[in-house]
Amino acid sequence: MFDTLKSRIYQGQQFIKDIPNAPMRSQFRGFPILDSTKCEKPEQYANVCPTGALNFEPLSIDMGKCTFCGACKNLCKDGAIEFSNYYKLASTSREKLVITEGMTPEEYEKTAIEVKKEITSVFSRSLKLRQVSAAGCNGCEMELNACSNANFDMGRFGIDFVASPRHADGIVITGPISDNMAYALENCYNSVPNPKIVILCGACAISGGVFQDSTELNREFLEKYPIDLYIPGCPIHPLTFINAILGYIKK
Amino acid sequence: MEHWIKTKNNTKLNLSDIPSLSISDLRCSIIEQNKRPIGFFGKDWGNGETRLFVVLADDDNGDLLVSSALFSADEKSYESITQDIPSFHIFEREFYEQFGIKPLNHPWLKPVRKNQNEYEFFDMKGEEVHQVAVGPIHAGVIEPGHFRFMCNGENVYHLEIMLGYQHRGVEDLMLKRPSNQLAESICGDSVIAYNTAYSQVMETLRGIEISDKAKLIRKAALEMERAAIQIGDMGAIAGDIAYSMGAAVFGVTRTLIINTMLEWSGSRFGRGLINVGGVNFDISEDEITSTLKTLDKVGKDVDRMTQTMLKNSTVMSRLEKTGTVSFERAKEIGLVGMAAKASGVDLDSRFDFPDKWMHELGFEKKYFKGVGDVNSRFKLRYKEIKESLSMIRKILNKLKEYKNEPILTSTDNELAKDAFVISITEGWRGEVVHIAMTDSEGRLSKYKIKDPSFNNWYGLALAVRNNGVSDFPLCNKSFNLSYSGNDL
Repeated sequence: MFDTLKSRIYQGQQFIKDIPNAPMRSQFRGFPILDSTKCEKPEQYANVCPTGALNFEPLSIDMGKCTFCGACKNLCKDGAIEFSNYYKLASTSREKLVITEGMTPEEYEKTAIEVKKEITSVFSRSLKLRQVSAAGCNGCEMELNACSNANFDMGRFGIDFVASPRHADGIVITGPISDNMAYALENCYNSVPNPKIVILCGACAISGGVFQDSTELNREFLEKYPIDLYIPGCPIHPLTFINAILGYIKK
Repeated sequence: MEHWIKTKNNTKLNLSDIPSLSISDLRCSIIEQNKRPIGFFGKDWGNGETRLFVVLADDDNGDLLVSSALFSADEKSYESITQDIPSFHIFEREFYEQFGIKPLNHPWLKPVRKNQNEYEFFDMKGEEVHQVAVGPIHAGVIEPGHFRFMCNGENVYHLEIMLGYQHRGVEDLMLKRPSNQLAESICGDSVIAYNTAYSQVMETLRGIEISDKAKLIRKAALEMERAAIQIGDMGAIAGDIAYSMGAAVFGVTRTLIINTMLEWSGSRFGRGLINVGGVNFDISEDEITSTLKTLDKVGKDVDRMTQTMLKNSTVMSRLEKTGTVSFERAKEIGLVGMAAKASGVDLDSRFDFPDKWMHELGFEKKYFKGVGDVNSRFKLRYKEIKESLSMIRKILNKLKEYKNEPILTSTDNELAKDAFVISITEGWRGEVVHIAMTDSEGRLSKYKIKDPSFNNWYGLALAVRNNGVSDFPLCNKSFNLSYSGNDL
């Protein structure tokens, strides 16, 4: 027991104190900054994007499709496409995830998440979520697990993952939703008591990502039910996830 | 005609050189060879014909043996190999599911990824016998899969594992639009291993030799991935026995490594680091220095926590003799990677199919005397972390000698025509095998992936026999197998 106590003292406190303003390493690829004037012919990079997130006329990146792989940036060395280390990428609207030229992260943050009174009044003090991995590759799943570790400690805000949909206030979907998981996903959603929210995590869930051309997917669920929050990333960073939820429930 | 053609890891083979036998000859020859299967898959050969390719691994000599058999349109069955060599069971099931050619007298011919509604579970009858069904959605944040326990009271007689929920048609997508990003997303916890295997296949097909520097960076990243996941898993095992101190400490220690990966590549799991032709990011001298410093701290913290845990008798009572897979069983059913090593099977493709660096940097295979229980898998992880950390240190120090080498080689060459390439990379779970074939116009015509989990899921089913059903989460975590890598 003394060893355990010693270990405890040795480890000290490691949680990130200020989650909304936590610093991010400069190498992180987050919010894209676009400037077509810096490049003569950005169209020549059209085929480099593995998910078709990069579009021209006008130059834009759809964060719902983007895997943040940086392939476009690596090719286009003039700086027309840059990825900042800004990590608050989530939005309540699918359309807003399309980033066009000249848009700054600060501007994006102001309008990206639309706060609703009925959500904040019900969920702002406690939000329990049921996670459904629908053909997710375990990347987003590992990062969602990391949200609850001693560094990020999401539980302090009253946000937790629970074991049963009956105990949940909403579901978090990762993965492109395979045909084989479509039934279980819908079943899980229907088991969550009202009122409930649906959160899509990662490029695969939002748009199918690199799997969008697969014939084994069944994404009907997304047409049938309303989606409340889109959280881009491949995989999502824990800070992106936690801040998205804090923004949505207005903590 | 020779029955097999010998080849090596990452070596191009001409399709026309691969022997084409009758299935009965091939079957006899497989049984005669009695080697480990790493590839057993069909390909549509036109006119209703199907060609079955078999790749066997000769681990002692570092050779790969390739052969094939052609099934005519009306040949719809053959005598199963599983009856003689059990480790073929999952390969034959997959082949049957994809091509409808039935292995006769297969003891276990159930769906692998499709037709889950038709899955017939084994039935057990008796007074105190009951079934426990779990999944596809589990209590934690993990991938989906269905588990069916046949129990007598608290005791598990048998566990059946039904997977396929993660099936995304990856192998077909690879033909449509192959990319590094797709390779990384096949199994998101083995990003580096999968991307390395994919890149090596493509480089071999294009005839590109990448720079030494790029190779070293890939190698370092692979060990970083191994260390990070193993530390995380030790934490998860601690969590499953309700030793939350271990869960917390290993959790934050893992963060140190993956944040270093973020500094190297802009992604915590190393996405975007590896590209066909080399790597996208260089590791600067400053980064090497700071990484070495981080590794020292990680090594110290892991040592400290592991020793504290192993001294604790309540921890040991949960780990020891739980979920045992004996050496004989592991050999018989063909376990690979971590799961095999923990049962004392000496398999590690880093050393069995080595590249020049393994020798040059003085890395040596060290046998692990495991008995196949959770405790062995826990201690094996500890050993692997320590080895990985020392390997990364050596690699990074070596990297300093290659300051001015390029990291990316041009990849303009066309793919070789009518070629066959096998690439094996030892991910943290075990061997990740990618096999690619091209047609006469130099297009990919077949892409086959084998995750170590494909062999190992059955090991988990055996491990929980005669254990309490409440020990299942602990056994499961100690294997930590991949659903997405299996379902593809």
